[in-house]
Amino acid sequence: MHVLVCGGTGCQASASAQIIENFQQILAAKGLQDEVQVVRTGCFGFCEKGPIVKIMPDNTFYTQVKPEDVEKIINEHIIKGRKVTDLLYMDPENREHVSDSKHMGFYRKQLRIALRNCGFINPENIDECISRGGYEALGKCLTEMTPQQVVDEITKSGLRGRGGAGFPTGVKWGLCAKNKCDEMYVICNADEGDPGAFMDRSIMEGDPHSIVEAMAICGYAIGASHGLVYIRAEYPLAIHRLQIAIAQAREYGLLGNDILGTGFNFDIELRYGAGAFVCGEETALIHSMEGKRGEPTLKPPFPAVSGYMAKPSNVNNVETFANVPIIITKGADWFASIGYEKSKGTKVFALAGQINNVGLIEVPMGTTLRDIIYEIGGGIKGGRKFKAVQTGGPSGGCLTEKHLDTAIDYESLAAAGSMMGSGGMVVMDDTSCMVAIAKFYLEFTCEESCGKCSPCRIGNKRMLEILTKITEGNGTMDDLQELRNLAAVIKDTALCGLGQTSPNPVLSTLDNFWDEYVEHVVDKKCRAGVCKKLMSYVIDKDKCIGCGKCAKNCPADAISKTDYIAEGHKLPSMVIDSTKCIKCGACIAGCKFGAISVK
Amino acid sequence: MINVTIDNKQIQVPEGTTILKAARMAGIHIPTLCYFELAGMKFENKPGGCRVCVVEVTKDFNGRPRRNLAPACATDCVEGMEVLTHSARVINARRTVVELILSDHPTDCLTCAKSGNCELQSLAQYLGIRDIPFKGEQSHYRQDMSPSIVRDMDKCVMCRRCENMCNNVQTVGALSAINRGFSAVVAPAFEQDLVDSPCVMCGQCVQVCPVGALTEVDDTRNVMAAINNPKKTVIVNTAPATRVALGEEFGMPAGTIVTGQMAAALRRLGFDYVFDTDFTADLTIMEEGTELLGRIKRFMEGDKSVRLPILTSCCPGWVNFFEHNFPDMLDVPSTAKSPMQMFGAVAKNYWADKMGIKREDLVVVSIMPCLAKKYESKRKEFYKDGNPDIDYVLTTRELARLIKQFNLDLKDMPSEDYDDPLGESTGAAVIFGATGGVIEAATRTAYEVFTGKPCPKIDFTELRGIEGIRDAWVDFDGTPIHIGIAHGLSNARKLLERVREGKEQFHAIEVMACPGGCVGGAGQPYHHGNSEIIKKRTEAIYREDAGKPIRKSHENPSIKKIYEEYFGEPCGHKSHELLHTHYFDKSEHVEISE
Amino acid sequence: MAKVKSLAELKAMREKLSNNLDIREKSNDPDSLVQIKVAMATCGIAAGAKQVMEHLMEKADELKLSIVFTQTGCMGYCHAEPTIEVKCPGRDPIVFGHVDNTRADEILTKYVMNNEMVEGVIPVNYETIG
Repeated sequence: MHVLVCGGTGCQASASAQIIENFQQILAAKGLQDEVQVVRTGCFGFCEKGPIVKIMPDNTFYTQVKPEDVEKIINEHIIKGRKVTDLLYMDPENREHVSDSKHMGFYRKQLRIALRNCGFINPENIDECISRGGYEALGKCLTEMTPQQVVDEITKSGLRGRGGAGFPTGVKWGLCAKNKCDEMYVICNADEGDPGAFMDRSIMEGDPHSIVEAMAICGYAIGASHGLVYIRAEYPLAIHRLQIAIAQAREYGLLGNDILGTGFNFDIELRYGAGAFVCGEETALIHSMEGKRGEPTLKPPFPAVSGYMAKPSNVNNVETFANVPIIITKGADWFASIGYEKSKGTKVFALAGQINNVGLIEVPMGTTLRDIIYEIGGGIKGGRKFKAVQTGGPSGGCLTEKHLDTAIDYESLAAAGSMMGSGGMVVMDDTSCMVAIAKFYLEFTCEESCGKCSPCRIGNKRMLEILTKITEGNGTMDDLQELRNLAAVIKDTALCGLGQTSPNPVLSTLDNFWDEYVEHVVDKKCRAGVCKKLMSYVIDKDKCIGCGKCAKNCPADAISKTDYIAEGHKLPSMVIDSTKCIKCGACIAGCKFGAISVK
Repeated sequence: MINVTIDNKQIQVPEGTTILKAARMAGIHIPTLCYFELAGMKFENKPGGCRVCVVEVTKDFNGRPRRNLAPACATDCVEGMEVLTHSARVINARRTVVELILSDHPTDCLTCAKSGNCELQSLAQYLGIRDIPFKGEQSHYRQDMSPSIVRDMDKCVMCRRCENMCNNVQTVGALSAINRGFSAVVAPAFEQDLVDSPCVMCGQCVQVCPVGALTEVDDTRNVMAAINNPKKTVIVNTAPATRVALGEEFGMPAGTIVTGQMAAALRRLGFDYVFDTDFTADLTIMEEGTELLGRIKRFMEGDKSVRLPILTSCCPGWVNFFEHNFPDMLDVPSTAKSPMQMFGAVAKNYWADKMGIKREDLVVVSIMPCLAKKYESKRKEFYKDGNPDIDYVLTTRELARLIKQFNLDLKDMPSEDYDDPLGESTGAAVIFGATGGVIEAATRTAYEVFTGKPCPKIDFTELRGIEGIRDAWVDFDGTPIHIGIAHGLSNARKLLERVREGKEQFHAIEVMACPGGCVGGAGQPYHHGNSEIIKKRTEAIYREDAGKPIRKSHENPSIKKIYEEYFGEPCGHKSHELLHTHYFDKSEHVEISE
Repeated sequence: MAKVKSLAELKAMREKLSNNLDIREKSNDPDSLVQIKVAMATCGIAAGAKQVMEHLMEKADELKLSIVFTQTGCMGYCHAEPTIEVKCPGRDPIVFGHVDNTRADEILTKYVMNNEMVEGVIPVNYETIG
């Protein structure tokens, strides 16, 4: 028998160590130490109800266990085999105690559809994929459905583009299918570029066959026989596994001519991108594949009319494709039953930042930020205070406390001033400066702008300069005004999605953290202590014993003696000349008396 | 036809009309910057990059307002669309965008070559911008100067007109956008200098640049210094196309012929002799025409080694282009020098000897509609003992500037004649300035020389026109001669590739690098995309021809005299020495290591 | 491998393959056949999954354990890479995180051989569509 005690940070903070100790002591006292083994585990991700104790093998899940409950668990459960009901998790919906964690609502918070095979099959073995039903959806389409029915099924499922914009996938396919042409292309956008987002890579690395299958299904639906995967060259493993998957599919006749004896031909080639963020924009992506400068052009014409080599093309993102086969197999109604209002199915997020369980998660649309951060993510690291969550990468915005209970979908995120984006989710605590965060994202956009349109090329640069000015303590209230106007104009006038969304991190922080901007500008203060130029190093003249070590350590010659000798000290105190100080921190590091502080 | 409402005006426009064009039809002005169209020349630049022409679509195809502002130049009208071109939202956005562009632009209008012709300057005026609220880093790039073109990319606004012109209209491929974000700029590959790139110096990039990022090399100071030097005899020759364009710089309508006034003005500037490139254009016809007939004769006699078609070689941009792109065909073009280089050779040998002026004391200045001519005058094969046949080339625009500096107005100038003997010319020479003109002039002479009979007509209208590629059969008294014409280098490339692949056979092909021929040259007054101007200049060229008493080159008395006195016969020994040249392979391959 | 010629053939193949995998998993000899999956996406490899897999294989040889090793994709536990899933016959699969050589040894000698729990268990917190 095993007793598993959560050793995650959250549970540790609420006495899980004491619980383990109690278990060990009482079990030893009862001579059960050889029968029952106590183990500390990783975070269960259910910190809100911690500390968690799980009894194996019967999977009993106790929540909010206190050290004093241990004896009761041992006496009742371990010795007598009776579950301790009042410590069981209570389902908030039907007010019933649930003992087996598999039946707990919490475990249904995450639902893996796009990631269904990741971590389950060997991605380099097509047999394992087939054993999980791989390529059956393609077979079903080819033998039981007309192309129009496939388009209709995808439309009915409510699947929307997972690359960020959320355009209905079935509608996109339908538009392309209308432009019948001897040469058409199915393009998989695998140019994942959001900093911190890596779900597409994970899918390609963990389940490449789903992409191959989905592209073939799309090819059948729109009438194309060429597939192209535009993948960034920085993803060698994903490339490797896709290549293997394509070769194996060809070997099995699941790609190539006359697939499954139906007369349908389809094959896939890989195209490599050099890692330009803007090439995730479909027109820029197409230009890059054609060997041209990767920059967007105006739509219309849409790729569905004139795409790769001026032929009708359908571009979908990796995660979007990953959902396709299972929709065909399980049906549009099943898929549409999952999710929220206008956003169906699930979304994969790359959960990062100041959060305990950093990871790749997949949740049904409509899950709240609170559930993601506190239940799946295990809460804020070190028990600090939640400050903001940034979604959608450089195109998204920062949401706050007040948005925690918003059900996330495309519309609600947009309404809150952020966006779904490709699914980056960075959680920030009170050590993050929101001005610096806006600046960080803008630096990225400036770096990645293609430079084609003036608002993005020059406007973002000017916004970045204003933000830099603010973080360096030289900002004015006029700058904030200018920042707002610039952000609005860029959003209104930029050519492509990159430029139109690049002001989001600035606008959302201006909206949600206006006080912090004003503090930087008026009080010349950065409350998070991030903006170096706004900090000043000060020596407490009464604590300083005048040893002079700080002055020796100072590389800028900014520290000198004063005339003041504090009570009980023999030597005069030191003082820092703030005009010379470079804020390197060498003085603090060397002071043994805690006399120097940052203000 | 579809119905749209722009600024509350209802209009009907054909499907596929952009908001910009629809607005223009309705008499509504929407300011633009990157947008550029040369109607009838198949050149439209609408990358939608500058975002100056943005408008508010208050009702889109779906009946709802559009979320973002739309670029009018690149957004097609749809049925029932409602657009506001000057709402408060639009004006604020437009103004902010222009302020942004100005914030990354050197505000050195006082000394900028483009001042007065700058579209950004006009835009700032139009929007009433008095202050640039954004202070920040400005782009700095290395200045690059080829013999023809100055690139000052600090001023580039990324309109991409030059890139589009260079790659699509000219298929030269010297310029493209490089770098990303704020550092994005148009430059030759690897930021090479233009001289190391495949640039052919046609200068069409300069002709379309809205700002002072691309301008001509200015030689006016050098010319004035020569005129001021009492030891030097300074003579000038004026290209055919200059006389139908110079007037525009003085407010005259496009197509005004100012031949006599130009000659008068040049005398007032202090040139010792004012000659005409038209004279050597007639000489070119004698040489090139003779060469053509020689080849045709040999061909008809069964000589398999003869290369046909003969290609004209008077356009230096074109010469550069085939040296770069068709190195396997260097023996195909005529070896005749261009009229300008023939002028230099004649002036510095025949005329200088005759006048007893030492070569080094003679300065020959050319007034050209062209930027490639500046480069051509610096080609090594046109130097003798370190002294060039042509010392300086001024564009039509530079000449206009000089005339203005002298407080002269062309409108007030009397009409004066050119000096003799290098000033006498025929109508055949004048039409060198328009596409198809050289080959028409050659036909007038070749016909008579070939058949020994007088030509039954003088206006070969089948050779005229504005189509990019044209061809015609001319009956040389029973012998059909197939003539091809291309202007704009993409057209030349297409035509030449057809010839190389053996798809089509010609006896002679005329090529002009610039759209429209020399009338649309890069040294001409800026046309700002108004192709009507080029049309008017062309008409003037043919008007000038029609008004000439002599219209065939071989009938020019001064030409006859120079052969009698000096050259003996066309394509003879002396003319080979002075009037013919040879070509070089410039197709060096750029190799990029893996 | 011959080409799959029809959907029926594909379905038969699935049937056969999942049986095969079953046989591999539920062998007659439950004490000697264990299946270990190593999460080998880029993140796992970067955290040392390859090296851990090699070590596990060597150690299993040394201990004369008959284990089926497979690589698999991302399990989503970035905070605990490298991660491995151990499935012993008759027991629920368990995911271990932060697996280094020491922990790998423990997993084999304690968990696999003696069904003793070791540190680093990552509770699976999602439901997967089959």
